[in-house]
Amino acid sequence: MKIVDLVIIGGGSAGMAAAIQAKKEGVDNLLILEKNDTLGGILNQCIHNGFGLTEFKEELTGPEYLQRFVDQVHELDIPYKLSSAVINITRDKVVSYSNPVDGSVSVQAKAIVLATGCYERNAGAIQLPGDRCSGIITAGTAQKYLNIHGYLVGKRVVILGSGDIGLIMARRLTLEGAKVVCVAEIMPYSNGLNRNIAQCLNDYNIPLYLSTSVSRVIGKGRLQKVILSNVDDNFKFIPGTEMEIPCDTLILSVGLVPYVSLLENIGVPMSSTKGALVNEHMETMIPGIFTCGNCLHVHDVVDFVTDEGRLAGHGAALYLQNLLLGVREINVYPNSGVSYVVPQKVNLDNQEDVTFKFRVQKPVKDVFVLFESNNVIISKVFKSALIPSEMIMIKLNRDKLANVTGDITVHLEGR
Amino acid sequence: MNKEIVCIVCPRGCNLIIDEKMEVTGNACPRGKAYAISELTHPVRMITSSVRVTNRLETLASVKTSDSIPKDKIMEVMDIINSLSVEAPTHINQIVKKNVLGLGVDILITKKID
Repeated sequence: MKIVDLVIIGGGSAGMAAAIQAKKEGVDNLLILEKNDTLGGILNQCIHNGFGLTEFKEELTGPEYLQRFVDQVHELDIPYKLSSAVINITRDKVVSYSNPVDGSVSVQAKAIVLATGCYERNAGAIQLPGDRCSGIITAGTAQKYLNIHGYLVGKRVVILGSGDIGLIMARRLTLEGAKVVCVAEIMPYSNGLNRNIAQCLNDYNIPLYLSTSVSRVIGKGRLQKVILSNVDDNFKFIPGTEMEIPCDTLILSVGLVPYVSLLENIGVPMSSTKGALVNEHMETMIPGIFTCGNCLHVHDVVDFVTDEGRLAGHGAALYLQNLLLGVREINVYPNSGVSYVVPQKVNLDNQEDVTFKFRVQKPVKDVFVLFESNNVIISKVFKSALIPSEMIMIKLNRDKLANVTGDITVHLEGR
Repeated sequence: MNKEIVCIVCPRGCNLIIDEKMEVTGNACPRGKAYAISELTHPVRMITSSVRVTNRLETLASVKTSDSIPKDKIMEVMDIINSLSVEAPTHINQIVKKNVLGLGVDILITKKID
């Protein structure tokens, strides 16, 4: 079996960043395996702009952003295989993949970075009530049809879910000639960025109905109408609030889930993000298997995916040089007001600063974010406004971490 | 009366407040102030879309406007974009249409196709 020092599964933003970083740190025998016929992952279909403000200090479209990394992959001569689907990995790091040229192949890796992205929740996942007709499609699939293949999925569209992809699709479909009737959101607030509500909905006079969801889809063959109803605090439909909306298409933007089946198959411990439990090097609980990007936790800004990819690539490079030796490992737990924190483990022997990423459970104003260990406050940061759709990052430098004696909790406290 | 708008310059999405004297507050950076004033005097937007690639099967090349265009010209510019096509190979920033509608803005390719 061919031996490869580092196999990166997934050639999107996270995978390319991991590969580039590892290569720069001296890992020469590496390989990117990408399932699609092009590098770049989901950014290929994100033709809107707004990417790269942190990374490049300019505003790029998805294809422009990804090309900068594809160019680096080529400049650094990093090997990659396209149309190569990874079928299985083992705890001993044997990676099996298949593609139309090589057939079915297994390689022995010394380290693995899993960067497989996320998938969309669909009609089944939210138990969409009503007929099973055509014209019900997830936002990412509609985006692929429109931006990659040039097909408009419908003429009169209702969008369920106000996550960023749903909002961006509302604008794209409007620009390409469809009528977007409305966006319905089950929560009392939008899960999209404020600026996307402004520039994707308000600009085109598309109404956003909060605390509202689809109580029934109706259609024989093709979708004919949806019934929208308001929901109460327990997300139960309120009788008498039904609103009938004729439409031929219902687009679902109802959440993303990390794609981790390769890790689940080998029993890698998972966290509340539905991605793997990781330490500050993005290493899972199986030494030498790293993970980053949307398959670790769903991000809202690609620049941060790139950054996390580099972290995993750096971790893999250290692992391959036997430089990950620390033993004083502590846990990091989310507490009141915080829904999750990444990483969930920190090795105190690590001589590097650690950036903690987390989300809040609901929108809050004027709070302190506290990092506490054994009743000692390690860090206290004031934030004027936090919303669940925005991933928050707080960096603790290594001097602060040096004072830590036990597990860390992250929680919010009112002013 | 104060006007309140959401800044669209970056993902942060600040709530900008503009008073009668066009003084801007709530912005976290200078770009927010510039956006607020532009939005109240002559609102502009970047447009992204795609054009057909004539010599490739089922392929589109994504495009953008080289600069922001007036908001009320968006649909007219979209009509022009929908009439355009290119031949591969394409490169990023390749001009597909110069000075669209006389707005002083070009339509540029954003996708490299070999």
